[in-house]
This record gives sequence, C-alpha cells and structure tokens, in this order.
Amino acid sequence: MNAVVIRNPLREPLALSARPREPLPGPSDWTFELIQQYHDVIRSTAERFGLDTYPNQLEIITAEQMMDAYASVGMPVNYRHWSYGKEFISTEKNYRRGFMGLAYEIVINSNPCISYLMEENTMAMQALVIAHAAYGHNSFFKGNYLFRMWTDASSIIDYLVYAKNYVAECEERHGLDTVEAFLDSCHALANHGVDRYRRPSKRTLAQELAERKDRENYAQQQVNDLWRTLPRRHDETKETADTQRRFPDEPQENLLYFIEKNAPLLEPWQREIVRIVRKVAQYFYPQRQTQVMNEGWATFWHHRLLNQMYDDGYLTDGVMMEWLKSHTNVIYQPPVGHKAYSGLNPYALGFAMYTDLKRICEDPTEEDRQWFPDIAGAPWLPTLDEAMRNFKDESFIGQYLSPKLMRDFRLFAIVDDEKDSEIEVSAIHDEQGYRRVREALSRQYDLGTREPNIQVWNVNLRGDRALTLRHVQHQDRPLADTAQEVLRHVARLWGFGVHLESVDSRGEVRKRWSVPAPPP
Amino acid sequence: MLQQIIDRRLAGKNKSIGNRERFLRRYREQIREAVKRAVDGRGIRDIERGEEISIPKKDISEPVFHHGQGGVREVVHPGNQEYVRGDRIQRPKGGGGGSSGSGQASDSGQGEDDFVFTLSKEEFMQVFFEDLALPHLVRTQIAEVPEWKSQRAGFTADGTPNNLHVLRSMRGALGRRIALGSDKRRELRELEERLERLQAHPQPTPALAEREIAELQEQIEALRGRLARIPYLDPIDLRFRNRVRVPVPSSKAVMFCLMDVSGSMDEARKDLAKRFFILLYLFLTRHYEKIELVFIRHHTQAQEVDEQNFFHATETGGTVVSSALVLMEEIVRQRYAGGDWNIYGAQASDGDNWHHDSGRCRELLADKILPMCRYYAYVQVAEEEQNLWEEYTQLLASHPHFAMRKATEASQIYPVFRDLFKKEGAVAA
Repeated sequence: MNAVVIRNPLREPLALSARPREPLPGPSDWTFELIQQYHDVIRSTAERFGLDTYPNQLEIITAEQMMDAYASVGMPVNYRHWSYGKEFISTEKNYRRGFMGLAYEIVINSNPCISYLMEENTMAMQALVIAHAAYGHNSFFKGNYLFRMWTDASSIIDYLVYAKNYVAECEERHGLDTVEAFLDSCHALANHGVDRYRRPSKRTLAQELAERKDRENYAQQQVNDLWRTLPRRHDETKETADTQRRFPDEPQENLLYFIEKNAPLLEPWQREIVRIVRKVAQYFYPQRQTQVMNEGWATFWHHRLLNQMYDDGYLTDGVMMEWLKSHTNVIYQPPVGHKAYSGLNPYALGFAMYTDLKRICEDPTEEDRQWFPDIAGAPWLPTLDEAMRNFKDESFIGQYLSPKLMRDFRLFAIVDDEKDSEIEVSAIHDEQGYRRVREALSRQYDLGTREPNIQVWNVNLRGDRALTLRHVQHQDRPLADTAQEVLRHVARLWGFGVHLESVDSRGEVRKRWSVPAPPP
Repeated sequence: MLQQIIDRRLAGKNKSIGNRERFLRRYREQIREAVKRAVDGRGIRDIERGEEISIPKKDISEPVFHHGQGGVREVVHPGNQEYVRGDRIQRPKGGGGGSSGSGQASDSGQGEDDFVFTLSKEEFMQVFFEDLALPHLVRTQIAEVPEWKSQRAGFTADGTPNNLHVLRSMRGALGRRIALGSDKRRELRELEERLERLQAHPQPTPALAEREIAELQEQIEALRGRLARIPYLDPIDLRFRNRVRVPVPSSKAVMFCLMDVSGSMDEARKDLAKRFFILLYLFLTRHYEKIELVFIRHHTQAQEVDEQNFFHATETGGTVVSSALVLMEEIVRQRYAGGDWNIYGAQASDGDNWHHDSGRCRELLADKILPMCRYYAYVQVAEEEQNLWEEYTQLLASHPHFAMRKATEASQIYPVFRDLFKKEGAVAA
C-alpha cells in the first residue's frame, strides 16, 4: 500500500524567496489566524530543508483534554480499562497540586499526523510545538525504517476505534469483571507481545472486520487439531510414534501471539482481545526503540527551523527568547549525583547528537576525520536524513556518538557486578575509553537487553498441557519478584499450569517458578 | 499539502470518565473501607465532602516481567567529575540500582507506597448510600434539592406566549411610538400651521403661493405616510413575565439525637448509631433552611453534650432511658417552644434499660414527646429484645409518625425511615 517512493534528500537548503517586510506579530495570546500564519512560515521553512512529512492536523485542546489523552496512552481513542483510569487520576492529581506541568504537546503517529496544541500555550510556545511535533516528529514517523516497517499510520485510529467498540461489546456480553480480568492478564504480557523480526501486514478497519469472523473460525479449528484426543487413523501411526515431538518446534518470542494461536481453552472473543492488545503493543514498539533519536530529531528541527525563521526576519526577539527558555529547560542534562538526575535525558542526548553530526559535516576536526571518514565534510542535510531513516537508538548511538560529545557530556561507564562489593569505573571519556563507553551506552538502549528475554520453550502436549517459558539471563541478571504474579496471568490465559525457568549464561536452570492450572 | 487546525476544546472533556469509573469499581472494597473510616471521623454536619482515598501501591501495580537486582550491569552516566578508569567506588545505598534511582524519590511527602486520590463529593455520597442500601429513588431525593418554588422575578424580553404581559407590552409599544414619531409630528405640526397661514391670508403673488401650498401638502402627505408606517406593535415591545425557580427549604427544624452511652454501647454500635443520625440529618437538610442539632447522651442520667463528646466518650454503669426523654422534653419547652420549630427525634440504644423504667419511657413518649414531634425514630443496635423494645412496640399502632427498627448492620438502618421518605417522595412527585 505504501508505495516506496525513492526520494533524494536535498543536498543543501533551498534559498529564501523573499524576506518579509516585517516579522510575524508575537503577542502572548494566540489566535487561529496567527497559528495559521506561523504554520505557513514554518511549513515553507521546513520545505526548504526538504523535510518530508505526513499532512498535518493541528488540534487545539484544553488541559483536561490533555490529561485525558495522557491517560489513554496518548491516543485519541482507546478501549476502556481501569489502568487508564489510574493513570488519569494520578496525572490529574499531580497537575492540580502543581507537581508537574503537562507536556506542551502530544503527537500521534497517524496519517494525517495529529498534533495537540494546548490552549494555555502562548503564541511562541505554539510555534515551538508546531515546529517540534508537526514537522520534527512527523517527519521522523514518516521516514524512520522502524515506523515504516512496523506501524501503519493510516489505519491506527481506525483500528483503535474498532478495538474500543469490540471491547465494549465484549463487556456487554460477558460482563465487566470477566473482560477486565482478561485484559489485565494480556497487559501483563504486552511487552512480550511484539514481533521483533517479522513484519506485520497492514489492514484497514473494513478488512479487519471482514476478516475477524473467518479468523475466529479458522483459529479455533487449528487449536482443536493440535489438541485432538481422538485416536489417530492407522496410516498416521508414524506421527503417533513421535509423541515426544517438541511443541513449539522452535522457541517463540511473541508470547501473546503464541497464546492467541495455541491456548486450548480460549473463547473466540478472548483470542480477539489478545490480538488487540498485541497489535497496540506492536504499534508502540518502535517508539520505545527510538526515544533518543525521535526526541532528538524533533528538538533539532524546532531549533533549526525557528532559528532560520529568525534569521529570515520572521520572528521577533521576544518570541525567540521565550521559546529558547523552554528549549534550554528541555535539553538540560543534570550530572550524576545531582538531585534532579534520573539517567540520561533523551532530549539532551538526541539534540546534541544531531547537532554534533551537523558540525562534523560542516566543520570537522582531525579527530572527526579519523572517526567518521565517510561523513566528515559531507553535505549535512543528506547525512542527517540518512541518520534519521536507517537506525534505532542502539545502532544510532553505536554509529554516531562522537568522542567530542562524550567529552562534552563527560560520560563514564560503571560496571556493577553483584559478586563484587564495590562498583568499578570501566571507562571514561578518554582515548582508551571512547569505544567502550559508546558500546556500553548503545547496549543500554537495546530493548533486547533492557527487557528480560522470555520465550515459549515447550508445551506438554500429551500430559497435563502445561506451558513452559524460559528466561535466558543476560549477564546473569535475574528476574524480579513480580515474575510469580505475571505467571499467574499467563496461567489464566493459557488455561493450564505454567512453569518458568531462568537459565544463566552457562545454560543451567537457576530458578524455577510454577503456577498450577487456574480453576475453571 | 492538506492542513487543518481543529478546535477540539468544546468537544467534550472527561473522555476518561469511563476509565475512572472502572478504576473506582475495581477498588470499591478499599474505597468503601475508606469512606467508612471517613464517616466515623467526620461530624454529622460535614458529611457531604469529597475524601482522600489512599490505596497501597502494591495493590494497584500491574506486574510485568522485568529485571531484578543482581547480575552484571554496565551503566553510562554523564557528568564525570573525578573518576578515571579502574576507580572502585562504594556501592551506593539502595543496592545495585546505582545512582539512577535517586531522581525518583518522591517529593510529595506522601511516600511512594500509597496511591492517593480524591473521591468527589458525589462519589463519596454514592458509596455512603450504597452502604446504607438506600433505594435509588431515595438517593436521588437526598442527593438533590427536591423542591423548587417558582418565583416572580420581573420581566424579560423573551419568553413563551403564555407568559406575555399585555399591559407592559402595550405600554412599551406606546412609548416607542411616541418616541419614534415625535420629531416627525412636530415637523408635521409646523408644516400644517404654515399651510393654514398660507391658505388663510391672501398672498401678493397667488401663483407662487399656489406652488408653495402644493409643495407643503405634498410634504405633509409624506410625513403622514411615514407616521402611519410606525408599527403599532413591534416584537421589541413584548414583555414576558419572568419566573425563576428557587429551592424551598421550608423553615426551621431541630433534630434531637438521643443515645445510650452506657458501658454496653461499644464503638461499633456507636458507629451504627452515627449512620442513623447522619441519614436523618441529610434528609432534613433537604427540607429545612435551618437545622439545629441537640445531642443528648445518657446512662443513668442524661446530659446535653457537643458532638465530639457525644460519639467519643464512654461511660459505665446502668441505663435509665427515661432520663434522656425528660431532658429532651425540657429542652423543647425551653428553647423550641411556640410551634415555629419542626421537631425530629432520633434515638439509638442497645435496648438495655432498667426494667422499671421502660414503661415510663413509653408514657413519656406517648404523652409528651410524640405529640410535639414531626417524626420520631428509634433504632436498637442490638438483636436481643428486652422490655424497652416491647414497650415501644405498643406505640407503633397508635402513632404513625413513630418508627422503630433493629439494626446490626448499616444496611438495616434505612427501613426505619422508610415511611418518612415515602411520604416526602409522594409530595415531591
């Protein structure tokens, strides 16, 4: 459906056609006309840099609506669940007490791309948000390979409408409590309900509806066949002999998918709900892998676009000062030990990396020429475009984090081995440490190591039908105590007993959890 | 490129209300407990507020698989000050999480282990009513101001035809006609005078006079025409009688809370009694503008006290119920005599009484107290039927505004008021 359009990125920004006679007005209160005017200028400026975006839809919303949007994971519609209520209540509480400000914007990876502008923002802030969300994030959604491959911007809203109605229908038919408990179990496994390597097909709402019925019937047949208890006919003896055969043949990483297709006792509507949770998790999967890149890209471009507009004579000094103040707050990186420190700030790191890339292209040092021979001195626009399209956080950092940046951030790596009583500084921002720091940071953003690697290992087909999951420890890191509780959820989905084994790097089972079959 | 700005501000907030309901539903047990505690802690007069509910974080968490402490981890931090490669550092407190956890500390003063949120006033009352097993009709009656009175409030420029005020409208029309026509009429008068003069006195140049007369007549005609076109009645003249709805809490009421505080009344029984008083109080607030509360507690002697002492002091010793009734009667005579006051009595006891006293109680009620009360309700917060119960039962038949009931749970309280609410329901309907 999404035809691949070969686009050549611009080699350098296009020239300004004509300087404006006077800058855009910069009052603190926005109006629709002003937003329109600002947007027109931002758009034409973005076009001069060759930013390729989905069409934009800007929506003005109130603070309450922003909190509503927060609560349903940023989507304009979603199915109902108590956990979203919890989210809403805590957001509202924090906001009312003044512990937290709301984000200035929420942007949705859809086609057209929807950006929420909050009513309370001043005109300068609206301009910042438009540049950041409607052009920065938007072009990232459209360009980055993960999003292109895994999400379908044109159908997500449709799908969520479908999901909302379907869940509501189930609640009506089977009761709130039943559906709620089932959704709880699915949510517990949502992070393990994504395909990391297989590409999903794309469907519209109409197709989705049409295929649902077929799918229900077909899926049930498949399951029935797997669990067939009738004696086999004579000519099938060969297979009967093979009762010891493994199932699944190979370990499966997508737990929800496996359950949807193979859990013996699920009703068709339950399979559909597993599928919905899985699909939504899959939709958010790329976002979780591109935090630094995505935020960095958007921040880089609002900075670039608004500065360009100032140079062209569109923005007044007042407007500039105002957005710059927010900008510097957003990209502040408190050092370790500071009371505001809670890890690396993805905005700060991402912004610094793209800015540094541009510097390497335009003004490379001897060091840059050694580290980045391909891009030092190359035109910056195509280089950044390439860096945005073909990477995720892990590979982006592995590829482009420069020694200068490591020095600027004063990055250092610490090894924490439980066997030692002390932790050790393994590398710092010096000649011997650059590569190690870069590798460590890159690994830190690898979802595969951040989240425990849990796979479907075996199903006891002929016995008690118990499901065995296997956790392969990464660097001997154990599972947290919540495992037992999650396992209960798995048992509820699977319908029979569930075991979980934690296996260390030497292949030995270190810990075992078991949950008996849930009562019918 | 397609681009649009949409104003969503009016398109409904509260999209999360369904999610909030589901949340409250899921934790209704904890919330009920919290509401119960809150009711116990609050004064009768300020029952109708929201309440902060806190639920332990662990009850509310959604478990997922994640890494625990331990193993080998390499973490990159910014802002190196003095470290070089190979430095060994004491592990920060709080385990191997390193310093990355330090930013998460709560500054709210609540600690991180409770999920705290506010139940709105409506939600709070809903839970409270649910506990009392109030029928829905009664809930809406109590929850809203039931009676409205329509009151005249001057005149407005728009309204329905049945409220049209003819006199006002016609007066307005007359005024408008005068105001609009006054200039023209004066002009007309002047022209007519000139015409008359011209016609009355012969002119030196008849031809010229003829022409002037014709001109004048023409102008007069035009003016008359314009005057005639001033509408007799215009929509802007219309005036309608304006009526506004005002709530009618009728007048003054006094509510007597009588409670046995002898040793056998433990905290649980007092809590039950408290709910009984609250319910009556809530009912009264919907119907009376001004409500006074009188708290009388008794063991062998009765005593008027404030609310705090009423609910939270325990006495020991025997019980003489009549002492409270005597005191109530005395107070009514001193302070609430004259028929201005609607008197309500609510009595709670565990049924224990000095056995010679119960007969006297019945007589006191029948002869003195019930005649001056609008309604008198008695709740026995214990199962056992003793002589007080038996004596009171005799009153039931002859006094329709006397009600009694045994209650050992909050949900059993409401029926004692059933007749009271039913009657009012009929009036409101």
